Amino acid sequence: MNYLELKGLSARIMRQNHPLLRSVSLALAPGEVRGLVGESGAGKSMIGKAVLGILPKAVELTGGEIWLDGQDLQRLSARDRRHRIGQSCALIPQDPLTALNPSRRIAPQITDRLVDILGWERARAVTRAEELLHEVRIEDPARVMRAYPHELSGGMRQRILIASAFAAEPKLIVADEPTTALDVTVQKQILKLIKDMQARHGTAILFVTHDLGVVSKVCNRLSVLYGGMVVEDNDIDSFFAGPRHPYSRALLAATPKYTDPGASLTPVPDSVIAGVRGEIEAFDQRQAHV
Amino acid sequence: MADARMMVRRQAGARLWLSAFWLGLVALAALFAPLIAPHDPLAQDLFLGRMPPFWVAGAEPGYWLGTDSLGRDVLSRLIYGARIALTVALVAGAATCVLGAGLGLMAGYMRGWVDTVISRFIDIWMAFPPVLFSILLIAVMGPGLISIIIAIVIIDWTRFARVIRAEAMGQGAMDYVASARVAGRGRISTMLTEILPNVLPTIVVLLTLEMGIAVIIEAILSFVNLSIPTDDATWGGMISEGRVSIHQAWWVLVFPLIALFLTVLAFSQLGEGLKDRYDPVLR
Amino acid sequence: MGRLLTTLITLLGVAVVVFVVIRVVPGNPIAMMLPPGATEADIARLNALYGFDKSIPQQFFIWLGGVVQGDFGTSITARQPVTGMVLGRLPATLELSVMALVMACVMGGAMALWGTRRRETKTEAAIDVANGMALSVPDFLWGLLLILGFGVLWPVFHISGRVTPSLELPFTTNFYLFESLIRLRFDLWADIVSHMFLPALALAIPLSAIIGQLLKQSLKETMHLDYVTLARTRGYGETHVILREALRNAILPTLTLVGVQFTFLIGGTVIIERLFSYEGLGNMAIEAVTNRDLPLIQGIVILFALIFTGVNLVVDLLYAVLNPRLRHG
Ligand SMILES: Nc1ncnc2c1ncn2[C@@H]1O[C@H](COP(=O)(O)OP(=O)(O)OP(=O)(O)O)[C@@H](O)[C@H]1O
Ligand SMILES: [Mg+2]
Repeated sequence: MNYLELKGLSARIMRQNHPLLRSVSLALAPGEVRGLVGESGAGKSMIGKAVLGILPKAVELTGGEIWLDGQDLQRLSARDRRHRIGQSCALIPQDPLTALNPSRRIAPQITDRLVDILGWERARAVTRAEELLHEVRIEDPARVMRAYPHELSGGMRQRILIASAFAAEPKLIVADEPTTALDVTVQKQILKLIKDMQARHGTAILFVTHDLGVVSKVCNRLSVLYGGMVVEDNDIDSFFAGPRHPYSRALLAATPKYTDPGASLTPVPDSVIAGVRGEIEAFDQRQAHV
Repeated sequence: MADARMMVRRQAGARLWLSAFWLGLVALAALFAPLIAPHDPLAQDLFLGRMPPFWVAGAEPGYWLGTDSLGRDVLSRLIYGARIALTVALVAGAATCVLGAGLGLMAGYMRGWVDTVISRFIDIWMAFPPVLFSILLIAVMGPGLISIIIAIVIIDWTRFARVIRAEAMGQGAMDYVASARVAGRGRISTMLTEILPNVLPTIVVLLTLEMGIAVIIEAILSFVNLSIPTDDATWGGMISEGRVSIHQAWWVLVFPLIALFLTVLAFSQLGEGLKDRYDPVLR
Repeated sequence: MGRLLTTLITLLGVAVVVFVVIRVVPGNPIAMMLPPGATEADIARLNALYGFDKSIPQQFFIWLGGVVQGDFGTSITARQPVTGMVLGRLPATLELSVMALVMACVMGGAMALWGTRRRETKTEAAIDVANGMALSVPDFLWGLLLILGFGVLWPVFHISGRVTPSLELPFTTNFYLFESLIRLRFDLWADIVSHMFLPALALAIPLSAIIGQLLKQSLKETMHLDYVTLARTRGYGETHVILREALRNAILPTLTLVGVQFTFLIGGTVIIERLFSYEGLGNMAIEAVTNRDLPLIQGIVILFALIFTGVNLVVDLLYAVLNPRLRHG
């Protein structure tokens, strides 16, 4: 039984005939980590936002279903949907520098949800938050809880955001390029941290990235996106053994090997791009004739 | 999104036209006051004191908007009042603009001690309550149209100077200015040919707004009985009188108030409309 | 420290400007005070009494020397110390200004929150139009409209004075509004509020529009930020997100502007007090100007300048307190 399932999800910019998501289907079993890869603008973040109900105002869903824990989210009232997502999902954002409210201390930013949405006692929430901060290897949790975001480094803030995401024991986490904004050495620590935490808490993660190297380290499965369309859905081992779709193959070839950083990059060849473009056009035409 | 923006555009257009229409009307009234006004605005008739406007029972035929306590025709005074209001708006507005924008340009472009001195003056001016300052000036200079205009210029030049100074600073830092200087042009010449045209839209917008403000200041000064010798027809003077007799003759207050309200609103909407349309900086 | 120094220079500049403006221009205040039959000797005697026989710089330094000791001279018309007269009226003006400020913040804040809640809808467009109107029309005109509306057509508020004259006032200070509350005299309090409401509203309307516009704009910008989005994923609704996550950060840019605008509001009390015959500093100032009461005028203008610069200092402090980055940086 899948924890999250997208069935033919389509989205476009409000009142414009410009699809952003083209019938996206993917599933996430409990405890599974699914990578979502593709070039910039492919619609990776859009999928994460659709799941969490935070699509930009200008974007509307035009079709498909989002099932969370056996329930079709779109059938719920806005309020219930928000609460369900708040109770069982969490987001690890891309940029830790902007994801914490600069005028509030850290403590309430972690504990608010536990108290307001999950109905915990304030004291229990604080203890829990400190535990979690400890778990993400923050030295002095009590001090950090009292700090303002600007007093902390980027790496620290991302740890806090990870702690905050796991604090409510969500069943699903959307991690939207959680390491891109950090410098390389910190990136590795944070990745490892996410992986450890995931293993310990058994959380399913939708992991958005454009780095196949990262995918190979943390994910069980992956979906390759192009132009808002899933071109390949595969498990990690068979994907890295041999991608099925030509675009995925080119993408993999374009990724520098961790084992061989000196290898030259081969860009995705034009012929491959032309190929996927053709698929997209064919898809749009089929849609138009329905 | 696009629809909303279109709506705003259209509203802005309507706003501009309505404002221009009203101001045109006021201008015509001011220009042709002797031809349009049904009565002499100064003629008193104590037997016709506080006659109500035409639709109210007891109105005196020929006095469309009623009369004030001295029996003067409200409509005629309103029309003649437009003359003073517009004169003040145009002359004081333009003079304030020239002085304020000139100083602002110099401060912003020349920097250095010029800027220091002008900025210090702006600071001092900002610490004055403007209405009190203008009243003070009038009390000192004595009432009269010229005094009012001078007072407005003296209290309001900072409004231009502050904005234009900031803009000139921004413009002065741009490449094309540097290249003009490199090409061997003098400072003043660069200021007038390179900077001035670029801040001109802002100046026009500020000028429009300033005219509205000038009208209000004139009204305020007339209201406290300091502007023009009292029997001359000014909207502020009429309002002042209307305020006193508000329970007996509301029309003496209401009509000049409406005229003043619409004129001030029109100037400011015109300014805002122009700003939205032409000035990317102020927007 | 540098701030304090520039403030002092500004105040000194104000003093010089007022001093010069009043004295350079012809027109003898003493002559106006005397009965028609007064002799040259009488004039000279009075001139000497008020120090008008000395040169302008001399007069200035004598006056400045007094000011430093809190002595602003003697009013020509009332023949009383200016300091006492001015301080006696100050509470009335302060209460009016603060009341107006509070009203402006409440109205502007409500507009901003409501407009943000309903952003990109017709409601927001309507709020924008209303704000635009409120902004275009100055306090003087709002005052007149309010007098017409709520004083005459539908007379629910008082339109002149500060308190009904026939009432017995048990007050020891001139902070009537405040003291009536402290003494639990709600009957008096209601009467005072009913007098103050319209003038305060007239002052508040333009400022509320500015606050509404600016706060809404910065709220809307804040609503796109990551931490706001994150709060949404945590199950919070729009209203909650606006109030708890966005508001505090959005308020900071508004605050600085409100400071400057508040000084404009205080400047506006001069004419509004006149309009509503409210016995504050502004009304006194206009009387002083009409009577050419030089020492009184100087005192009042300096006091206004003090208030203006004081407000600006307070705003800077408040900004530092509200902005954690400055507080701990
Ligand atoms: N607020 C918005 N309004 C309209 N279109 C948007 C908006 N945000 C994103 N888009 C469009 O949606 C498409 C998908 O964006 P998305 O953010 O999902 O890309 P992405 O795959 O996450 O890319 P990246 O790797 O750069 O984050 C892009 O073409 C983008 O232009
Ligand atoms: Mg993205």
